[in-house]
Amino acid sequence: MRHPQLNANGKLQHLLTIEGLPRETIHHILDTASNFVGVSDREVKKVPLLRGKSVFNLFFENSTRTRTTFEIAAKRLSADVLNLNVNTSSTSKGESLLDTIDNLAAMHADMFVVRHASSGAPTLIAEHLNRVRAGEVNVINAGDGRHAHPTQGLLDMYTIRHFKKDFTQLRVAVVGDILHSRVARSDIHALTTLGVPEVRAIGPLTLLPTGLQEMGLKIYTDMREGLRGVDVIIMLRLQSERMRGALLPSAQEYYKHYGLTDEKLALAAPDAIVMHPGPMNRGVEIDSSVADGPQAVILDQVTFGIAVRMAVMTILASS
Amino acid sequence: MRLTIQNGRLIDPSAGLDQQASLHLQDGRVLAIGEAPAGFVADQMVDATGLVVAPGLVDLAARLREPGFEYRATLESEMQAALAGGVTSLSCPPDTDPPLDEPGLVEMLKHRARGLDGARLFPLGALTVGLKGEVITEMAELAEAGCIGFSAGAEVSVDTQTLLRAMQYAKTFGFTVWLQPQDPQLARGGVAHGGPVAGRLGLPGVPVIAETVALHTVFELVRATGCRVHLCRLSSAAGIELVRRAKAEGLPVSCDIAVHHLHLIDVDIGWFDSHYRVHPPFRTQRDRDAIRAAVADGTIDAICSDHTPVDDDAKLLPFSEAEPGVTGLELLLPLTLKWAQEADVPLASALSRICTAAAGILGIEAGSLQPGAVADVCLFDPSEYWVVEPGQLCSQGRHSPFLGREVVGRVRSTLVGGRVVYARAG
Repeated sequence: MRHPQLNANGKLQHLLTIEGLPRETIHHILDTASNFVGVSDREVKKVPLLRGKSVFNLFFENSTRTRTTFEIAAKRLSADVLNLNVNTSSTSKGESLLDTIDNLAAMHADMFVVRHASSGAPTLIAEHLNRVRAGEVNVINAGDGRHAHPTQGLLDMYTIRHFKKDFTQLRVAVVGDILHSRVARSDIHALTTLGVPEVRAIGPLTLLPTGLQEMGLKIYTDMREGLRGVDVIIMLRLQSERMRGALLPSAQEYYKHYGLTDEKLALAAPDAIVMHPGPMNRGVEIDSSVADGPQAVILDQVTFGIAVRMAVMTILASS
Repeated sequence: MRLTIQNGRLIDPSAGLDQQASLHLQDGRVLAIGEAPAGFVADQMVDATGLVVAPGLVDLAARLREPGFEYRATLESEMQAALAGGVTSLSCPPDTDPPLDEPGLVEMLKHRARGLDGARLFPLGALTVGLKGEVITEMAELAEAGCIGFSAGAEVSVDTQTLLRAMQYAKTFGFTVWLQPQDPQLARGGVAHGGPVAGRLGLPGVPVIAETVALHTVFELVRATGCRVHLCRLSSAAGIELVRRAKAEGLPVSCDIAVHHLHLIDVDIGWFDSHYRVHPPFRTQRDRDAIRAAVADGTIDAICSDHTPVDDDAKLLPFSEAEPGVTGLELLLPLTLKWAQEADVPLASALSRICTAAAGILGIEAGSLQPGAVADVCLFDPSEYWVVEPGQLCSQGRHSPFLGREVVGRVRSTLVGGRVVYARAG
């Protein structure tokens, strides 16, 4: 059975997850993205690659930031963009998810960018469109539940490649709430696919899901020990609601043990970079002096994110 | 009414019988096996050449969706599905809307079922009013109305003190309490087996300890009360091991599994296929192997369909939003045969799990073809291959992980009380 994100010719038709993507495909996306990085610096920030195409931003869960980056990427490719916050419209009237999709597809959408609170929702949508629209419509997963956020994973890889060049000599630490993090899952699949020899997971046992060892990770509950000698630190956002479900006692205690401070950063390799998918909770998972410090590449991630999303849209549209 | 089934392969698990023989029925009972008694002249002859003649199947858990969920399935459709699956006696859980917690509801259901002239219906009453886990029901009244046991619902969602009292009260009258061993707090929010697959897919997990913690509690309460307990839908190797020890200790417990758990594991979820969303969840290959071994050695007494019709609107959703449950009445036999074939289990022992042993748990007269037994019979072709497709099913529940797969073994005729109530051309 082929993965629902591939078409009959084995080409990428949807981007649902990084899991299972070949290494060459990831590098192809990153190479394509590097061609787009320059576009944003031009006086006319547009290329006509998606002219005449309609991109529907379908957000079943609010996220201004991610939606905006997809909107900018689509507009720089000259596509028409429609933003829909679905949680406030049709589903509250009782329309089913797939009915909503059928209606929007009937308006000749060429591409859906989907954010949903349930793991697997974009896969359900893509499989449905494969059945009823035989590959006319592309789906990009813009984050589903705890499952995947593949464009974030790819822009993180772009960032690491930009600063570190070679993946096969790196030690990478992913720190924090991995249990609830779709970004962590996408990063982990990308890092292991790209040949990173050592990926570490750092966090309290309440925030580490089962199966991390099977995904090829080394587990650390002591952040100082886990950061020793690493080249890349990927910090994860800690949602405030985690303090309510008996997972963590308080933000203060979390910060003390798992917040990234200058003192803890000093344990990593001297040229280590610090990444964060945003939005940051300063003083919870990361200290301001680190977030604004010379080793942080957090704003570079945002800039590269536009180019990576342009690359993904272009590649899918050409399938 | 006299009827003879001839030329069939007669399998009666209650007597360890597996031979070519005729079966003679009279006035709703089995009259004789083999030669017809002197003076017996059949009004109807049924030719069973190439077919297995077995006792009608007994399904320990089939949701008929009445009252309350008629948009998902009706008594008519599901009773027809039962007959098409060779099921002549079935037990339905009390999780209807309203739940079966009043004698009037049970009487109405039994009355409706009798009018349909189909399988025999043995409802389970709710253990607590509204299945809310607060007040125990009028168990004696409910039993008089036709309930054969009392169930707490899909989890042990009763606090331990209430459960203790409910079991003491059930023991008073000699009733069996049916419990699905799952700790509701440990399982909270979980939709798939709490293991690497769920971790990778980002699905909240139901850990194995949700089952084992509940089992430990139940066994302590059984020791304290002496109440007979039937454990529903075991799912894990660790849980089965606890049941094995409890049985060795002599505790009055029995248990079942859902037939799909003989075949599927968490990896089969693939890319979030909600047809694989069931309760309890599919676990690992190790768990499935333990289930298979335990059914073969009798630690698990019975296999049921756990038939749960779910409508499209509730199933065609992202995995964690989809309602758990699959259609099963018409797959109970072929999926049991598939296991028997793969595990090299004799047909008679395999069938025992879905008729004789199941009848023993319900405490009903069924599951036998010996002279004097109730003439509920299932005739099936053990070598007919068919593909599971929605259009092939009588049930209004059309969702199954086996859709599109080929299975072997298909019911040709079903008899209830000595009369042919279902027949399908070969």
